[in-house]
Amino acid sequence: MTLPGRDVYELLTGLLESKTGQILKSSRHWRVEMALKPVLREHTIPDLSVLASLIETDLGGQLAQDCIEALINNETCFFRDQANFALLTGPVTDSLREKRRASKRLRIWSAACSSGQEPYSVAMAFAENAEKWRGWNIEIVATDVSHSVLGKAKSGRFSQFEIQRGLPVTMMLKYFRQGGEDWIVDKEIRRMLSFVPHNLIESPACLGKFDIILCRNMLMYLSDERKALVLENLCDSLAEGGYLMLGSAETVIGHSDGFHPSDEFRGFYELADSKSNASSLHRMAG
Amino acid sequence: MKSCLIVDDSKVIRKVARHILETMEFQVTEASDGEEALAQCEQSSPDVILLDWNMPVMSGMDFLKAYRSANRTPDLAKVIFCTTENGAGHIQAAIAAGADEYVMKPFDRETLESKLQIVGCI
Repeated sequence: MTLPGRDVYELLTGLLESKTGQILKSSRHWRVEMALKPVLREHTIPDLSVLASLIETDLGGQLAQDCIEALINNETCFFRDQANFALLTGPVTDSLREKRRASKRLRIWSAACSSGQEPYSVAMAFAENAEKWRGWNIEIVATDVSHSVLGKAKSGRFSQFEIQRGLPVTMMLKYFRQGGEDWIVDKEIRRMLSFVPHNLIESPACLGKFDIILCRNMLMYLSDERKALVLENLCDSLAEGGYLMLGSAETVIGHSDGFHPSDEFRGFYELADSKSNASSLHRMAG
Repeated sequence: MKSCLIVDDSKVIRKVARHILETMEFQVTEASDGEEALAQCEQSSPDVILLDWNMPVMSGMDFLKAYRSANRTPDLAKVIFCTTENGAGHIQAAIAAGADEYVMKPFDRETLESKLQIVGCI
């Protein structure tokens, strides 16, 4: 067996970076072959070298798109980082409940939602406190760059392996029903969510403003330049008084002046005053 | 250091679970059926019990009922069923009998870790 040349890996990882901003370091090149095996099978392509030559001739084609989707890291689980999640669904939403008591409306964006465990976790957390949020309009928008993974999220079907990672069994019984080998989310929970394809390196203006943005464990795969771009986009999408939640190993520091760490909630970020004031002035002028 | 009792008639499962738990710094003991597990719990109660369902001599469900009915409430361990019985009916029955969590086999480290977090053992 001949191993693919370095140029093949460079082409494939370069394709991923140019379309999504995600970097696959050379130490993780082993992942390329494993992730692309299903693509090779589906398109009956013998090896990565042939795949690379086919992609080179049509960088915007379906084959290239299939490769990008296969290479994206989709690692996720329910209630990921339990302590931070508890902060989100407790004190952070309580704070917003106070700030938005006039409109009784909350918009939450699960950015890079992968197969949906994060937005469904948020929805279940609200459902657990249904009485408290009665009369409120809670809208959860889930986006991902991968159409296939978003389709899976939208289906609300989870394998036995997926369903039990992070999800308490009592919540599994309460909000899912068994369908063959899978577990399917309850219609009431599904109704709280909408799924939209979106690439975070592009403008999110069409999605509107959000009170909470969750963008967890995605920035870590980007170059510094792309991190700054994504954070600028998220900054434009965060409503005044809202919160950005990043992964526990991620920070805005050094990448964006648009946010500052929340004094109250560790791991959460708020709009920097200048940005917030500039937005207010802009709105007043408008 | 937290302690975990693995109750499973499969040596392989006990070995795999022990390895995972020891990397999480649990002190691990083993039993191959419910009766043996009850005898061990008489000596000292672990913090958490990883419990198979189908075992010879005494099943996981019989063990759980006996363990939960024993009048030693302050010492009761968290019980996580870990079984191939993956139907909703079995899961409901286990919760009704006093199980705290449920792991459907096959499982991996991340799944077990998340369940141990949910029951407050890590």
